[in-house]
Amino acid sequence: MVPNQYPLWKNSLIILIVILGAIYALPNLFGEDPAIQISAIKGEVNQQTVTQVETVLNNAHIPYQIESENERILVRFDSADNQLTARDLVAKDLGENMVVALNLAPSTPHWLRVLQAKPMKLGLDLRGGVHFLLEIDTASVEARRLDSYLGDLRTRLREQDIRYRGMEINASQQLVIRFDDEATQAAAKTLLNLEFPGLELTAHPSGQIYTLEGGLSELEMRETLNFAVDQTMTTLRNRVNELGVSEALVQRQGANRIVVELPGVQDTAMAKDILDKMATVEFRLVNTDNAVGETLYERNGSPVVLERQIVLTGDSVVGAQSGFDEFGKPAVFIQLDGDARAFSRMTGQNIGRPMATIYIESRFVDKVENGETVRTVEQTKEVVSVATINSALGNRFQITGLASGEESRTLALLLRAGALPAPIDIVEERTVGPSLGIDNIKAGIWSTLAGLSLVLLFMIFYYRTFGVIANIALIINLILIIAILSVLGATLTLPGIAAIVLTLGMAVDANVLIFERIKEEITQGNAPQASIYAGFEKAFVTIIDAQLTTFIAALALFSLGSGPVRGFAVTLIIGLITSVFTAVMVSRMIVNRYYGKRNVDKLSIGI
Amino acid sequence: MRLFASPIDFMKYRKLTALVSVVLIVGSVFFLVTRGLNFSLDFTGGTVVEVSYPESISVSDVRDTLAQAGFADAVVQHYGSTQSVLIRLAPQDTQGVAVGQAILSVLKAQNPNVVLMRTDEVGAQIGKEMAEQGALAILIALIGTAIYIAARYEYRFAIGAAVALMHDPLVILGIFAMLQIEFDLPALAAILAIIGYSLNDTIVVFDRIKENFLKMHKNTTEQIVNASLNQTLTRTLMTSFLTLLVVVALLLFGGKSLFGFSLALTIGIIVGTYSSIYIASSLSLALGLSRQDLIRIKEKNPEDDRP
Repeated sequence: MVPNQYPLWKNSLIILIVILGAIYALPNLFGEDPAIQISAIKGEVNQQTVTQVETVLNNAHIPYQIESENERILVRFDSADNQLTARDLVAKDLGENMVVALNLAPSTPHWLRVLQAKPMKLGLDLRGGVHFLLEIDTASVEARRLDSYLGDLRTRLREQDIRYRGMEINASQQLVIRFDDEATQAAAKTLLNLEFPGLELTAHPSGQIYTLEGGLSELEMRETLNFAVDQTMTTLRNRVNELGVSEALVQRQGANRIVVELPGVQDTAMAKDILDKMATVEFRLVNTDNAVGETLYERNGSPVVLERQIVLTGDSVVGAQSGFDEFGKPAVFIQLDGDARAFSRMTGQNIGRPMATIYIESRFVDKVENGETVRTVEQTKEVVSVATINSALGNRFQITGLASGEESRTLALLLRAGALPAPIDIVEERTVGPSLGIDNIKAGIWSTLAGLSLVLLFMIFYYRTFGVIANIALIINLILIIAILSVLGATLTLPGIAAIVLTLGMAVDANVLIFERIKEEITQGNAPQASIYAGFEKAFVTIIDAQLTTFIAALALFSLGSGPVRGFAVTLIIGLITSVFTAVMVSRMIVNRYYGKRNVDKLSIGI
Repeated sequence: MRLFASPIDFMKYRKLTALVSVVLIVGSVFFLVTRGLNFSLDFTGGTVVEVSYPESISVSDVRDTLAQAGFADAVVQHYGSTQSVLIRLAPQDTQGVAVGQAILSVLKAQNPNVVLMRTDEVGAQIGKEMAEQGALAILIALIGTAIYIAARYEYRFAIGAAVALMHDPLVILGIFAMLQIEFDLPALAAILAIIGYSLNDTIVVFDRIKENFLKMHKNTTEQIVNASLNQTLTRTLMTSFLTLLVVVALLLFGGKSLFGFSLALTIGIIVGTYSSIYIASSLSLALGLSRQDLIRIKEKNPEDDRP
């Protein structure tokens, strides 16, 4: 007698996996609540903020649910109308230091959230939004780093009494140091190689001139670039957070590229503008002679009339630290990038005149027009300090006349937030309109339903009882794929849905292999129980062989690396693994429960 | 219910199908060389703007509007329906120019009811890199699976499988080139999926040939290959048919952006089924596959001695 029976532990394990899968796939069935998300630009959100929000909403009689997590507050509402009303009220009450963004929060029940179960996020192609691929200009990162070496190199050579004719960075971004004779060249080489491991310098005797030439070492170059990318990402993240775009993504891709995804944003031109100069500062002279010019206001409300010409923009600020000047007064020490001659001349001509530092902030504002939420950009300009020019200013200068240490810290932060370590180019840009997003969701749902039901119907028609068993396995497979994708925090895209549908079609293959084997065994005159046993056993090696090859191809696909295609590969790989589990183990378990331990005359397998 | 009442002598048509295969391969190469693939902007770089109007719109109107605004070289065509319009532009010299937004505002000025579906702008360099990576991925997939087959099976099988493997993507590409269907990133993904999928069939047949060599002592190699193909035929057709069902569902309901993907899969599944029956098996046979080759393998790998 063939033992068509799984031991208890095996049955329990399979059932446990299926139950876990069902739990973690479940959050995807719940919809989304209209919500607002509150985060801080300056300072932080705390219990006091929560109380403040609660008071506002209670006074307005708007029902809500509030939760605070990771330095942000999420407030859910029962309708989009309440959400919009609440947003306006809360934003007004909290003032400018907080960002209040509209959000769609997954309405996962509490007990599921306790288990860390969460739904898949929808990709941009399904919900609409903007995708940018930014590239950091590697050459200018290298040039800046090389440039920063020059001072130290000069000092060390002078200290060691090694005389050089000249030192420069040439057009091809190479550092060139010229010497008079071979001996000094050699001495310099020994010294610099020892003390500056980040540089790779080689000796070039060319006629009468002896030079050391080179650039950054490979390691130094890599570290410099990594640093620049990290810094850019931090800056971009700050800017994107300040935009109040919920669930924005800033992610590194490859050596010098960064992906920025802004769900829900439609206008790329505006988004791009924001990425370029989100929070920035500019310096302008104050017009003291007459009241002609742009009038901006200080934080305390007093007006300042400014001349039109901009003395300096925040783009040239590379560093800003807060501290105290020689009189112990709060100050901000500013470091400028590159050539400050124009700035120096300008300030030199205007000694004794007041100069204002203006903070310019751009942010998205959601407005309701004709029942639709429209996102626009609002720019606010504010004078953060007015200081008198005491001398012609160079690369490094300080701003004094600030009210407090707090004020100087804020200003330094603002100045830094505006600074990017290197220019960035937008090399790829994709926008998906909201209507295409809705179309794509429909397409995904319809093709999944159509594909799945066709397969289910055909399996029942062709394999009868065994077809039903394969169908149960197939549906469990679908649940497991969704569960794993949800746990991994994957983003669901249209190609991802296509992969799920394709996997469902291919997953049946394992069951078809097994069932055809069972049929063959029966045709050869074997007993039903023995045929079931042999069918599953013999098909197993072939199933593994066949899945492995698809697996290899999927890995190659994964290496392609780009967002949606990678999502396709991941889904395919997960589907391959789960389909072996469901087709072999789950369907075997059901077959065992149905046919095992009893005398069977005939199998319902559609012979 | 058997699909076929009597066994089919597949290997009898070996010479005929060899001719068919040669024609398919030569034809594909011919179209790839003469017409080339119609690469999407994923690989070439450039700008695509898809907009839709509440009512039908004539392509020439849109073209005129754009030409007046300085986009004379924009390619304008209907996309899916007469209400949808697709506008294409070659990659610009300057990077990161908001051409898509500029086009949209021009169209908005002419007809405020226009709705933006999507804009895609890809730099020429990114496209070039993607094309290189794509070609590399296909190569890696081919080599990876070939290595697996070579390690797992006798070398004649490996050659047969490898040729069948290259045959499938080649024919898909050939058909895309012949009909000038846009070849985009999802279509490339489909080709890679097909490389894995088509090998499935081949392997199932090979596993069976191997098994039958051990069981059917008195038969010729040709008879064994024939018997194996017949035994696995129902399964091969069933699986291909079921996968085809879901792929056709994608083709019908998956929307315009999955068209290339679904089409590549559809062709791939049909061609892949043919190639695993005819190319892989008959080529192994033509290369002189014999019982000794497999028995020797069997002795070397005792762990393969499963029923």
